[in-house]
Amino acid sequence: MNVPSRGTYSGGFAWAMARDLRLAWRHPDEIILTLAFFALVASLFPLGIGAEPQLLARIGPGVIWVGALLAAFLALPGIFAADFADGSLEQMSLSPHPPLGWAAGKIAAHWIISGLPLTLMSPLIGLQYGLTADTLLVEAVSLALGTPILSLLGGACAALALGARGGGMLLALLALPLFVPVLIFGAGAAEAQATGLAPTPHLSLLGAALIAALVGVPAAVVAAVRISVD
Amino acid sequence: MNWFYFSSPSTFYGLAGRLAPWFFALAAVTAAWGLYLGLLVAPTDAQQGEVYRVIFIHVPTAWMSMFLYFVMACYCALTLIFNTRLSAMMARAIAPTGALFTALALWTGSFWGKPTWGTYWVWDARLTSELVLLFLYFGFIALSNAFEDPRRGDRAAALLAIIGVVNLPIIYFSVQWWNTLHQGSSVSFKGTSMHVTMLTGMLVMSFSAWMYAAGAALVRVRSIILERERRAQWVRDLRGA
Amino acid sequence: MTEGHAALEVRDIACRRGPALLFSKLDFDVFPGELLCVRGPNGCGKTTLLRCVTGLTRPDAGRIAWLGQSVAEDPARFRGDIAYGGHLPALKDDLTTEENLEFSLRLRDVAVDREAIARALAAVGLEKRRRLPARRLSAGQRRRIGLARLSLDPALLWILDEPLTALDDAGQAQFVELLDRHLARGGLALVATHHNLLPPSGKVRELRIAP
Repeated sequence: MNVPSRGTYSGGFAWAMARDLRLAWRHPDEIILTLAFFALVASLFPLGIGAEPQLLARIGPGVIWVGALLAAFLALPGIFAADFADGSLEQMSLSPHPPLGWAAGKIAAHWIISGLPLTLMSPLIGLQYGLTADTLLVEAVSLALGTPILSLLGGACAALALGARGGGMLLALLALPLFVPVLIFGAGAAEAQATGLAPTPHLSLLGAALIAALVGVPAAVVAAVRISVD
Repeated sequence: MNWFYFSSPSTFYGLAGRLAPWFFALAAVTAAWGLYLGLLVAPTDAQQGEVYRVIFIHVPTAWMSMFLYFVMACYCALTLIFNTRLSAMMARAIAPTGALFTALALWTGSFWGKPTWGTYWVWDARLTSELVLLFLYFGFIALSNAFEDPRRGDRAAALLAIIGVVNLPIIYFSVQWWNTLHQGSSVSFKGTSMHVTMLTGMLVMSFSAWMYAAGAALVRVRSIILERERRAQWVRDLRGA
Repeated sequence: MTEGHAALEVRDIACRRGPALLFSKLDFDVFPGELLCVRGPNGCGKTTLLRCVTGLTRPDAGRIAWLGQSVAEDPARFRGDIAYGGHLPALKDDLTTEENLEFSLRLRDVAVDREAIARALAAVGLEKRRRLPARRLSAGQRRRIGLARLSLDPALLWILDEPLTALDDAGQAQFVELLDRHLARGGLALVATHHNLLPPSGKVRELRIAP
């Protein structure tokens, strides 16, 4: 008589990471579009409000954060929509691996293909805005801490909105208000550095929020997926 | 005694219909008394003059915006744990009133902010988190109506409401945790620094808002029940009668 | 597992979809070596019943016991023992046939090596299409990947919703052969179908859902 597998958290996590990263590698459009959107949005501001260097240096930290946030937001539907549509999400829900494992794995993979590239690209955009090296560094660190939170919160909202009418607008209504505190502290950190104040309070809060999100949000994602698969 | 007698939509429908007028009546009476206290009895503030009187709308609506969200989240927890229909309907009934109070709190607050702080709006912790609360209400309403199957909408919105509860402590404690423009809390269980008639007026208005919210939720849940249970025999009998 | 004892016991199960109550107070057992065919007209709730047994859909009432233990108490164990095939194929277009099969099996925590996968794909006639992305396969060929998965999955209970859809005669014959081997080993199957499945060595019973 066979002893059924109970799966493991790490097994599910590794499965989801391996699969989603391989799929992203085969179809790199999404990463390229995310980065292109980021660059485009960041270019719109100098075109719209004038390219005076002092002004750009002043708004740079905030604009970069908003651009990264919007690009990360646009990448959100891709976390679960395809798996929901082709039945993979059902099979994952029936896997012996505990759902927390593969749900966390999917979000981690999503961050690697959206938040991480945005973080790595932010210094380039920051140079366009004439930001100093230390501001660029703080901006990148704040994005490195903040974009995983966006992937986590956004992933939960994307899971809740699976199969709903209203598509992108509904997701925006759910996710963007939750993004607001992350934006405030992330951009605040870079702005503090730019104006000569210490960014550490903002960064510590972001770090704390990240830890809280890592602990709490995956369970919410699992609950939302269970509801959507019903 | 059957504690769950009223947990069925058909029996609750009748109970809600009988209770709602009493809540509205209480709300009207206490509002009249509260406004009398607030506008006529309470003394002029030493620093702010007469404009501070907006506090008698602002604080009750702000308190209720948070309280109603909490009650809504409790109903949502019941929905997810026990899979009951009526708790989901009550949550849906509360949401619009909660959103209204949040919007009123933000609007009266901004109306008060201009003469006292010099600005209609500022992105500090309390105002921003109250604005997030307004969007949480909107998101709840939108999500619950976004699915063909209303039960699916109930559950998805219930999960959203429960996740959003984390915003409530942020709103409440924001004035302690951050250096904000919004004033610190003057009322706590230990005592208050306010003049007694101002405090009484605020509490009476809060109670009135609470009664109004209860009445509005009960009226709204009746029409939600009728719509969701429209194929049940008792609803068809009602329509036939 | 003792003979004569029902492996799957479903009691008092009820489910509504939208405003309609699809079925209620439904009781049935499935014994080792047995195929239970779920039949009924379109829309009567066959798919919903299967999904309730798997746990994807939460029933409004009822209890399910697997191997004597309530599923609600230990859902992870139950999930390890079942293989579900629904309407949606759960295949990724961008992965090759081979990769799809490998990932499906890894999701089920089934350890397989390359040769076993190659043999299984050859058995269902897909060896020439092993390295093609799944988007290049026909509907019937995609279904055959599902057959290959079943042949390698050691799950005791198969829960399948219209498994013969899109399969040609050869494919259908292969499915019956796979089913037969599964039942002969002591496995169980709960299948919603309008075909007449006749595996030679298993017992076949019917469950009709009336509208």
